[in-house]
Amino acid sequence: MTAYFVKRLIIAALTLVLASMVVFAVMEILPGDPARLMLGLNASADQVEQLRNQMGLNAPLVLRYLHWAGGLLSLDFGRSYTYSVPVIDLVRERIAVSLPLALIALALSTIIAIPVGVFSASRQGRAGDTLAMGAAQLGVAVPNFWFALMLIYLFAVWLHLVPAGGFPGWSAGIWTALKSLLLPAVALALPQAAILARVARSALIEVLNEDYIRTARAKGLPYRAVLWRHALRNAMIPVLTILGLQFAFLLAGTIIIENVFYLPGLGRLIFQAITQRDLIVVESIVMLLVAAVILINLIVDFSYAVVDPRLRGRQ
Amino acid sequence: MTMRIDLPEETLAGVLAKAFGNRSFVIGLVITLLVVAVALVSFLWTPSDVTRLVIADKTQSPSHVHWFGTDHFGRDILSMIMVGARNSIAVALVAVGIGMGIGVPLGAFAAARGGMVDEALMRVNDLVFAFPALLSAIMITAIFGPGAVNAIIAIGIFNIPVFARVARAGALAIWPREFILAARAAGKGMTRISIEHILPNIATLLLVQGTIQFALGILAEAGLSYVGLGAQPPMPSWGRMLFDAQTRMVTAPWMAIFPGMAIVITVLGLNLLGDGIADILDPKSRRRR
Repeated sequence: MTAYFVKRLIIAALTLVLASMVVFAVMEILPGDPARLMLGLNASADQVEQLRNQMGLNAPLVLRYLHWAGGLLSLDFGRSYTYSVPVIDLVRERIAVSLPLALIALALSTIIAIPVGVFSASRQGRAGDTLAMGAAQLGVAVPNFWFALMLIYLFAVWLHLVPAGGFPGWSAGIWTALKSLLLPAVALALPQAAILARVARSALIEVLNEDYIRTARAKGLPYRAVLWRHALRNAMIPVLTILGLQFAFLLAGTIIIENVFYLPGLGRLIFQAITQRDLIVVESIVMLLVAAVILINLIVDFSYAVVDPRLRGRQ
Repeated sequence: MTMRIDLPEETLAGVLAKAFGNRSFVIGLVITLLVVAVALVSFLWTPSDVTRLVIADKTQSPSHVHWFGTDHFGRDILSMIMVGARNSIAVALVAVGIGMGIGVPLGAFAAARGGMVDEALMRVNDLVFAFPALLSAIMITAIFGPGAVNAIIAIGIFNIPVFARVARAGALAIWPREFILAARAAGKGMTRISIEHILPNIATLLLVQGTIQFALGILAEAGLSYVGLGAQPPMPSWGRMLFDAQTRMVTAPWMAIFPGMAIVITVLGLNLLGDGIADILDPKSRRRR
């Protein structure tokens, strides 16, 4: 079991290092001199050169990478070229919007998808199953930003139940803040729930055909207990895999949804940074999201071992 | 000589009979053909000219003249959706082509060689998967400039590891089989076996994955165009139309409703088609889906 964890941990760390090299290399080949960008067009060549030295831009490539990567480890991402504040401050402020949004969406998606999957699997081929899976098929095809526009039209423009966009900040009170995250979260969650419900259903159906399910039924366990306790637990591995992938997708998905709802999250920040060529902000956010994805995959790998004791013995 | 593992009863007529008895396949095929037909017709005829701006007709609600209404420049929404279908199909098709063209040989190679080569290729795959596709597509188009071609490249790159993984998994299952052993005994090399024996046997897997990626490509293109990084005006694209609609939800909701429905119907058709093909070719999967 320890060997399994250690191997996963090493692979995750390796992927993270490689990813940081890729991000660094991409930023390196981009045109544009950050020093000139900060000083403006009227700066003399000497001034630019001086600032380049000061920012360490003239150091050898390997040293600059090590300096940057070392900074990442201590959460020192450097200073934004356009805002002249530490990137970490910008990012911290925006994560307070994006992370809760992604988490609410993930929770919503799971709460909807698992019961629908269980419902469908237990009524395989019957009307309820056909209806639920038809709805899921439709849900998979809906782009979340279009769904978001339709939600705005229905709940904000027509019914005036929630604000159409914007974010009052957490200081305005938890409820007020949560209310403005509700529509974006639903827009993100429903298409994902459709995918998850399909996966949960097919994983469950696979498991329900196993011999040990028949045994559990034969020894007199009620169907509901077999379904929820025995079958669902064994069907968790594919479900967890998709959940992990979905969280990564949701984090990235907030980029577009935040633009639909004018939410001041990481997605809005990265768009502003791209248009302003504030590359250090762009590379920091990308690294942060990549690290989050790798971390989530690691957690998923670990949770396999928790739900499936057989995996603990292996490797 | 190419060897297949088709079961004896799987004649062409048999497969066709099964295909047309499969509801998902038939509905998916009809929708997909319809979308392709609409795109083709748009080359010859559209209800009105999408390049002509008639400000006097701006944001008209749906009527018998403009079935789906008009946009803020007085362009006919129906005509724009028809022309936009070309863009969506072209982008998704080329992106799938890139993914298959590079991913399948890589996956097949990894499966054939095994060992360190396989391990290294799969770690690179993991690396690409660590970058959320949408985020990276946004970065690529932001770096190289917005436009349909860069959108294709961005979406295509992320199709590569998907096809590499599918091809590898499929090929790994075929390699231990006896007819491969026979081919090796006959002195065929790794490359020849991969092309002549492995590829035909994983073609159906690739076809199913292809339709899924095609559908995802259409969604991704719409997303990129929506944030202004895909096809540029005046080229109509579904995502761009939704962007234009966003600030006019109160006055002209039809500007958002119809292009979105075009996306949903197209993606739904492709997904149904993919499910149908998977069902027909692998009866075991019918249980699971």
